[in-house]
Amino acid sequence: MCHCGVNIAGTVDVKKVVEEVKKLPDVVYAADYVYLCSQPGQELIINAVKEHKLDGVVVAACTPSLHYETFAKAVEKAGLNRYVYEMVSIREFDSWVHADRALATEKAIKIIATAVAKLRGDKPYERARLDVIRKALVVGGGIAGITAALSLAKMGIPVILVEKYATIGGKMAMLHETFPTLDCAQCILTPLMAEVARHPLVKIYTLAEVDSVEGHVGKFKVKIKIRPRGVRVEDCRLCGFCERVCPISVSSEFDRGLSKRKAIYIPFAQAVPSAYVVDFEHCNRCGLCVKVCPTKAVNLEEKERVIEEEVGAIIVATGYELYPLEKIPEYSYGPENDVIDSLQFERILSVQGPTRGEVKRPSDGKPVKRVVFIQCVGSRDVNHLPYCSKICCMYTAKHALLFLENVPDGEAYVFYIDVRAAGKGFEEFVKRAQEHGAVYIKGRVSRIYKDKLTGDVVVEGFDLLENREIVIRADLAVLAPGIVSALDKRLAEMLKVPVDQFMFAAEIHPKLRPVEVASAGIFIAGCVQGPKDIPDSIAQASAAAAKAAELLIQGYVEKEPIVAEVDRDKCNGCRACVTVCPYGAIEIVEGKARVNEIVCEGCGACTATCPVGAIQLRNYREEQALEMVRAVMRVR
Amino acid sequence: MSWRPKIIAFFCRWCAGAAAEVAGVSRLRYDPSVVPIIVPCTGRISPSMIVEAFLNGADGVLIGGCHTPNDCHYVAGNFKAFKRVYLLKKLLQEVGVEPERLRLEWISATEAPKLVKVVNSFVDEIRKLGPLGGKHA
Repeated sequence: MCHCGVNIAGTVDVKKVVEEVKKLPDVVYAADYVYLCSQPGQELIINAVKEHKLDGVVVAACTPSLHYETFAKAVEKAGLNRYVYEMVSIREFDSWVHADRALATEKAIKIIATAVAKLRGDKPYERARLDVIRKALVVGGGIAGITAALSLAKMGIPVILVEKYATIGGKMAMLHETFPTLDCAQCILTPLMAEVARHPLVKIYTLAEVDSVEGHVGKFKVKIKIRPRGVRVEDCRLCGFCERVCPISVSSEFDRGLSKRKAIYIPFAQAVPSAYVVDFEHCNRCGLCVKVCPTKAVNLEEKERVIEEEVGAIIVATGYELYPLEKIPEYSYGPENDVIDSLQFERILSVQGPTRGEVKRPSDGKPVKRVVFIQCVGSRDVNHLPYCSKICCMYTAKHALLFLENVPDGEAYVFYIDVRAAGKGFEEFVKRAQEHGAVYIKGRVSRIYKDKLTGDVVVEGFDLLENREIVIRADLAVLAPGIVSALDKRLAEMLKVPVDQFMFAAEIHPKLRPVEVASAGIFIAGCVQGPKDIPDSIAQASAAAAKAAELLIQGYVEKEPIVAEVDRDKCNGCRACVTVCPYGAIEIVEGKARVNEIVCEGCGACTATCPVGAIQLRNYREEQALEMVRAVMRVR
Repeated sequence: MSWRPKIIAFFCRWCAGAAAEVAGVSRLRYDPSVVPIIVPCTGRISPSMIVEAFLNGADGVLIGGCHTPNDCHYVAGNFKAFKRVYLLKKLLQEVGVEPERLRLEWISATEAPKLVKVVNSFVDEIRKLGPLGGKHA
């Protein structure tokens, strides 16, 4: 028993507690020390175990969350198993919350009595070691997924990279230049795309989605559904004959509806894999592409297939989407109204985009001279998304700056609530946009509409600093919609990734364990955890890869042995435990329950449910629990 | 000397138990009549554990678990506790024990002030009810 200086001994009569504890059943030795966690304190425990040949230890001190491990190590050093040791709190639970010395002392005795009662039923257990399959799955082929996959591969770990679309690259591939350095997004992304595709340890599946996940940390069995591409990647020469003869024209996802593409197409010139793809939803099976293809690469009969992979760890990097602007009808979103979203503006700025980098109105192609940028569209709005989407202040400053460089006689207005430019070089970057002539207006926009007579986009807002309404007639309005998670519910459930109300993955600890989630072996990277810019996504993806590598390179996981076990003689196969188990860890084999020790997490719901006491949570058996209750009541 | 109730509190280690730690760190004060027993999950609390407490002379049993629906560390142990407590309260009434002597509260790890409030109000309630079975111990 520990004094913790005066933290415990100031309120609890330590000597009295020791005397009373000595009277408890099976207690052969009890002692106190001023700081039990110190080296001499630990030695006291070790020597007592050896000298008195103790077969169990109770430590009454601060709290297990602080020093459970400290004393577990000491107990092990003394030659005992760590599972025949109990630690209880008499500081947080007692001396720190009570003032009456007599009552606090009595309560300490009762708390220690419960621990002694439990310890009398504790048995030693060994941690099981499970082999880990040295292979990882990365879900999502954006910048976060690519970074994580490459990082793992460079550590010698084979990686499966699964991407929903026909190419990897994600949202970053759509960007023109990136803040605050104005690197061209393609110039920094496409070499990474090529590198990951080339790496012998990385296998990329595009047009692919995770279909089912079974198993547990170290050994996940994953089924991946792959939609048909219609073009054999290794035979496609990118000659483009197929595209020219295809009679179907639909709007391009990559240009976000600002241009047309054919039903056989390549998302963008630097796509990986570098091959055309058939849009089977719009293809009319006319077969012209099959006829003109010089390498016979097109196959319109290709079927969907499902493959199976086994991996030891999974990194989820499913990224983001923009908040659906149909939900904000007062802003009249739509290229036909010359009201576009920020990714569409990226495409307009891009030299590979629909206007080859010339800033023209989507509705009629008129050169844009005056543009209004609106920040916090959906974000920081209790009616839509209460959170800040983090990146919009910076990319809007970038948009304004790039526009003013592109159109030297142009005018750029920015509506903002607050400018949040926390990041290296960020504040300076916003200043630079303002020095280039971007006019920042603090306030919200109430309405945007297209004036059908003049063709102007009319933006009505309020200037908070000048305290007046403001109306700007512009050629183009660019909205900065909130960032929403692209993680879908089914995938989150399959992977047992806890999510918040906005479908962002919940990390296990927001400071200390930012890339791990509550289910072991699953890691998160990028915007699946919350809105993030490119540097943050890359940093997090590298961290997720490092954490996954810790597990995969070690080669095994240790499993807590405190799981349920079945007395087969008592079990009558009633299935009550099977129904109540949240993990599906119990099955009936030959008429009796059997626990999968790997899957069992040790919650004890089965023990509380079993009508015949056949299934018992190790070291929290029913008889131990009842003894703990009786022990409290026995102390007078 | 005034009568002090004997109360056992089963606290889930992930939520109410953690809240009790925070209460300690924050030096909040509450009634010392409640003796905590930490359970891995409120879903582990069998009806026998509660009945055993009353059989051995406890005047009240308090259970602190994770908020429904999604806070349970083990998916849905809190719902299992809720169902058991609901049924057990009816049974207690049948055998002449006031159902108010058993209370289940959701207390997250961040809700130390709530824990203190719950403990104190439960002790007050048990004081009003008096000793189990009416006799002064």
